[in-house]
Amino acid sequence: MVPLTHVIIFSFIIFAIGMFGALSRRNVFIVLMGIELMLNAVNIALVGFSSYLSNVAGQIFAIFVITVAAGEAAVGLAIVVAIFRNRFTVNIDSFNLLKW
Amino acid sequence: MIKYAWLIPVFPLIGFTINGLFGFKYIKNRAHYIAVTALGLSWLFSTLVFIDVLHGKTAEIVLFDWVVTPDIQAKVAFYIDQLSALMLMVVTTLSFWIHVYSIGYMGHDPGYPRYFTYLNMFVFFMLILVMGSSYPLLFVGWEGVGLCSYLLIGFWYERESAWKAGMKAFITNRVGDACFILGMFIIWYHLGSLDFKVVFEKAHHLDPAVVTIATLLLFGGATGKSAQIPLYVWLPDAMEGPTPVSALIHAATMVTAGVYMVARSNVLYNMAPLSLEVVAVIGCLTAFFAGTIGTAQFDLKRVLAYSTVSQLGYMFLGCGVGAYTAGVFHLMTHAFFKGLLFLAAGSVMHAMSDVLDMRLMGNLKKYMPITATTFIIGALALAGIPPFAGFWSKDEILHHTFTTGHYFLWFLGTLTAGITAYYTFRAVFMTFFGKERIPEEIKHHLHESPKVMTIPLIILSVGAATVGFFGLKAHGETSYFAQFLAPVIHAAHEHGAHAAHHEAAVPASVLIALSVAVGLTGILIAYIVHLKRLIDPDEWVKKLWFIHKVLYRKYYVDEIYFALFIYRVLDLAYIFWRFDQWVIDGIVNGAALLTRFLAWVTRVCTEPFVVDGAVNGASYVVDLSARVLRRLQTGVVSNYMLFIAAGLLGLITIYVFGRLF
Repeated sequence: MVPLTHVIIFSFIIFAIGMFGALSRRNVFIVLMGIELMLNAVNIALVGFSSYLSNVAGQIFAIFVITVAAGEAAVGLAIVVAIFRNRFTVNIDSFNLLKW
Repeated sequence: MIKYAWLIPVFPLIGFTINGLFGFKYIKNRAHYIAVTALGLSWLFSTLVFIDVLHGKTAEIVLFDWVVTPDIQAKVAFYIDQLSALMLMVVTTLSFWIHVYSIGYMGHDPGYPRYFTYLNMFVFFMLILVMGSSYPLLFVGWEGVGLCSYLLIGFWYERESAWKAGMKAFITNRVGDACFILGMFIIWYHLGSLDFKVVFEKAHHLDPAVVTIATLLLFGGATGKSAQIPLYVWLPDAMEGPTPVSALIHAATMVTAGVYMVARSNVLYNMAPLSLEVVAVIGCLTAFFAGTIGTAQFDLKRVLAYSTVSQLGYMFLGCGVGAYTAGVFHLMTHAFFKGLLFLAAGSVMHAMSDVLDMRLMGNLKKYMPITATTFIIGALALAGIPPFAGFWSKDEILHHTFTTGHYFLWFLGTLTAGITAYYTFRAVFMTFFGKERIPEEIKHHLHESPKVMTIPLIILSVGAATVGFFGLKAHGETSYFAQFLAPVIHAAHEHGAHAAHHEAAVPASVLIALSVAVGLTGILIAYIVHLKRLIDPDEWVKKLWFIHKVLYRKYYVDEIYFALFIYRVLDLAYIFWRFDQWVIDGIVNGAALLTRFLAWVTRVCTEPFVVDGAVNGASYVVDLSARVLRRLQTGVVSNYMLFIAAGLLGLITIYVFGRLF
């Protein structure tokens, strides 16, 4: 039985890695992957608490998060493909048209 | 049947509503179907109710609450007793036949539906007046009939004299009505109720002085409505209205409302001998003065109008000497014969193309025999010749005047009876007999009136000839009529004692013979002067031009009223107008000037700096902050994510630190 502390620390580490990837990288795919990591870190935390509190709601919630993440990845990748076709780059810093 | 008495005024109300709403556009010349049917139903129901009352039933029919406050409770209720049942019969009978007559008389008038609307409205209010169970309800009817009187006098409102006469009637009545209201207030203040029953039951608690003042004020109202001195001036002018209106409103029904009111309040009047004395004296003087004026008029309707004023004076004389029954009896007989006389005069007028000057008539009996016959029957009744109706009632009044010891009033009343006979037959002889003085163009289409007009004349003449027989003595002292009214009329006790005393001195038969003799003398004088011309009236007029002039100009009462009251009121109005112009307008205009000055100051000093500054400043601040803050929106996704992460960290920090400290 893995103690709850471990699970939380693990989840936190994954989350930190994801955030770092999302914030520091310029490649839009890596940013998306970072976001996926953050979502999965949350999933780990949810499942861990679910097992600790013997409450299934956390696991169900995790499944919802996975579903939404799949949708998000699909939409995100589609947008990236569309942008790439117009601008021939995946550098996130060049996606700056939506400004004042 | 008596339970349904409330339906009686409802029929004319319905008729008036229908004709009033749809008459002008849709019903037009068919208005009489509705109006006459409504009146016929009212008449039928009145008869049924009257039969019930004859069998001794009386009833109070409460319809609904009217005013409900802690201080005042008033309900709309009808009170059917002998007096109101009698009035119902008089009002509905006369109204019905006059409605029928109007079909012929008003036939070609463009205001036909309007005429019937007003007439039905009048009957409605008159019925409310006689059936109402309290002073306020009586007053509602009282005001309503006043309104209809005004509307109908001014029916031909294109004529200046007509609308002026309407205004005069209305305003003169206001004076009386103000007195009436004050009288009601006094009664209410002391008794806390205006219901007839309650008032008459509690009346003996009242201070005699209070009763005297209240009854005098109520009588003040009656002088307005029933055309007594000093407010009688409107009635002769009211003849500007259509003739059936003069017959119905200004002879038979409305003007007798005052007599009805006094008779209804007999309990109060009996408590106030002074008021009774005033009523008797005013009534008698009015009878005398109006009678004398009547002798010098040449307008047929005006003669009848002054005669009405005079006869109303008789009714008040009767009430004033405590013989309420005789007053009400005269009211009833007068309604029949004076209604008849007016309708016959209307018939003459109809034939003569609206000419009413008796100097332009003469020998009309040749052309209109029915009208002439019925007019003469009415005239005999008015002159007090037995066995016609007027004899019984007038004699009753004079008899009571004598037996109660009012010798001077009796003398004046008897003299007036002679004058009445004189001017009535002066009118008869000048109109229907003697030489023809009719202008050719009128003579050309002179004709007897159509059946729809002559049948009411015949029926009313039968009434005028016979209703007097109710005054026959039943057993000993009292007549059938008095017995019928006995439950309502409480005789003044002290008068009763007097009566017995005087009765012995002069037997009734002598008094009757005397008054008949006076009446016949009057007719004889009229016969000698105006028919046989043994004495030439024109010569006498020349010799006594001064008296004739005073009588012809109605004692200059109108002129005196104008000088004393109307011009003074106008002066006051002028002063107020000036005050309004200078003071009130000055204040208003000054305020306007001040406002404009303040506005100018604001425009020049405050507006550009303070107000505009605030508005522009606000927009400048918004603009500036927008310029700064929009730099935050870089469009770079990473920056946004950084903000989100920073926000998250911030929240966690707050949470953790919040927990720690």
